[in-house]
Amino acid sequence: MIRKIAFWGVVAAVFAVLPFMFSHSFALSMLSQMGIAIIFALSYNMLLGQTGLLSFGHAVYFGLGAFFCAHALNFIGAGKFWFPVTLVPLIGGLAGLVFGLLFGFVTTRRAGTPFAMISLGIAEMVAASALMFTTFFGGEGGIATNRAVGKAFLGLSYGPQIQVYYLIAGWCLASMIAMFALTRTPLGRMANAVRDNPERAKFVGYNTTRVRWLMMSLASFFAGIAGGLAAINYEIVTAETLGLVASGNVVLMAFIGGIGQFWGPIIGAVLVTLLQSALSNYTQAWLLYFGLFFLVIIMFSPGGIANLIVLHRPVWKAGLVRRLFPSYPIAALAGVVLLAGFFALVEMIYHFEAKESSSKAFSYFGVMLDPLQARYWIGSAVVFLVGIALVHGARTFVSRAWDDLTLDLQKSGAV
Amino acid sequence: MAVPALRLHDVRKSFGRTSIINGVNLSIEPGERHAIIGPNGAGKSTLFNLISGRFGVSSGGIELHGEDITGLEPEIINRKGLARSFQITNIFPRMSVYENVRCAVLWSQGYKYSFWHRVDGLQKVRERTSDIVERIGMAKRSDRLAGVLTYAEQRALEIGITIAGGANVVLLDEPTAGMSRSESDEAVELIRKVTEGRTLIMVEHDMSVVFNLADRISVLVYGEIIASGSPQEIRGNSAVQEAYLGTEQH
Repeated sequence: MIRKIAFWGVVAAVFAVLPFMFSHSFALSMLSQMGIAIIFALSYNMLLGQTGLLSFGHAVYFGLGAFFCAHALNFIGAGKFWFPVTLVPLIGGLAGLVFGLLFGFVTTRRAGTPFAMISLGIAEMVAASALMFTTFFGGEGGIATNRAVGKAFLGLSYGPQIQVYYLIAGWCLASMIAMFALTRTPLGRMANAVRDNPERAKFVGYNTTRVRWLMMSLASFFAGIAGGLAAINYEIVTAETLGLVASGNVVLMAFIGGIGQFWGPIIGAVLVTLLQSALSNYTQAWLLYFGLFFLVIIMFSPGGIANLIVLHRPVWKAGLVRRLFPSYPIAALAGVVLLAGFFALVEMIYHFEAKESSSKAFSYFGVMLDPLQARYWIGSAVVFLVGIALVHGARTFVSRAWDDLTLDLQKSGAV
Repeated sequence: MAVPALRLHDVRKSFGRTSIINGVNLSIEPGERHAIIGPNGAGKSTLFNLISGRFGVSSGGIELHGEDITGLEPEIINRKGLARSFQITNIFPRMSVYENVRCAVLWSQGYKYSFWHRVDGLQKVRERTSDIVERIGMAKRSDRLAGVLTYAEQRALEIGITIAGGANVVLLDEPTAGMSRSESDEAVELIRKVTEGRTLIMVEHDMSVVFNLADRISVLVYGEIIASGSPQEIRGNSAVQEAYLGTEQH
């Protein structure tokens, strides 16, 4: 118990000091996005990781939560009712919960592929409705709002981004604790049971549909909170918020981070937000890189990044980390060569296609590349091919190091 | 006469045109240990699936302690006090032994779909779970993942899950299938111990297990019960010998 409190205390402290370490306004808005993404991705994993429900429509609850909060803020702004802005995300959560109960009643009657398909259908339906019912959803322009409404409470006006960051951080921490606690309740445990063996769960007295429905409703509640925070953060909510792209995005976050561990999706949320906002500043081809990154993760570590970390835990505990030298640095170096060649080729294709007339040459990590001259193509291709060969060689290195390690770990009884 | 623990009244089941169960009548007294034997394909497992609600009956009625349970969902039947095991091991492989048993304890202790109780903090659940784990002889393997247990251990766990909810009617589907002689002897002792004071109905192929454990035996052939009686009566029954025992005597 004390350890748990200490752990969450450390998390809270990290949240508190982050804005001082990254005080640039771009960094602050990215941290805010990350907080929202963390809640959203964790809530998604209540479905996928904990209950075994692959949903392609989780953004529906995020988006509806966001719309309800945007309207709530506007009502507060118009003086129609009083409600502290600090608690507005709760309205989003309740909206998510209500729609989760409603749609979940239909979708959770089936698990597996039928569930995935029905969730997709509902997502499509809600997305289409968003463009039809323009009074509520605001049509293509969406609903704009103003978060600095109502009386400032304890000096919190939510005008400055830093205050919004702390609002998000607070809700993020509370949601994380709540979702983690939920995994340790009878419902949370039975969700795992229903995921692993629904038939057995029935024969120990559980209605599997009911378990899925409850988990889905609670997941939608947290998605709604995240949506509400998004409404406050961006001060605009459009139909894209609840669209299929947004639903797909949270699937990527969960998978990249790893659905097998509670904290996996946190990594995914942070990484995906980082890639999406940072990478897009540097290259137009970022979507391609992002897609390939996802592909590589799924192919080489289906359990996501979390699984890679878990895999190394016994090595760390047994104090054998140094045995991963030099194979890991060598592999990393080989990877850098491969990526350098690959990125150069992709960027040259992009710049070759580009419209600017005079020169197509561009700076690539300080080196000028000119896609109109063959030698740059050949050079990049050579680097890329050498990279492939190096990575291939490094893999043998790494697997040999692991073979040795596995033996020693078994001897020491760590595995 | 007391109300039977379980009563089947002209139960029939067909899949399409194939009729598997052709009018089974069966009455099992509270506390009885009843074995259902019969050749492969006689419909024994189907009969269990009908009683436990896995399949719906085509016609006929099933009563548990005098209450009609025909057509109810498996979880409802389970809550009314009937639990079953499976012929093919049916556990939660990614959970520990302890967690497996606990899943089966939770409902009966009234925690249902609670998301406001901390599961590790439930005293009654903890005691009951530890007690069951102890009784199936797995106290030392409590933290092991169920998926990595030996076959015999998984079978014992399966029995543990079945009895953990406190059901007073227990259906065991071939509990000793695939076991060595010594494993099977241990399983018989375990079954005897944990079903003490409960009504036990089991499907079993191993005749030594059947004659060792059962108070009464019913013989199911082609979806019909051709004889029911004490082990002695069944042994001496000529129709049974012809239909079943005679062909399988070693």
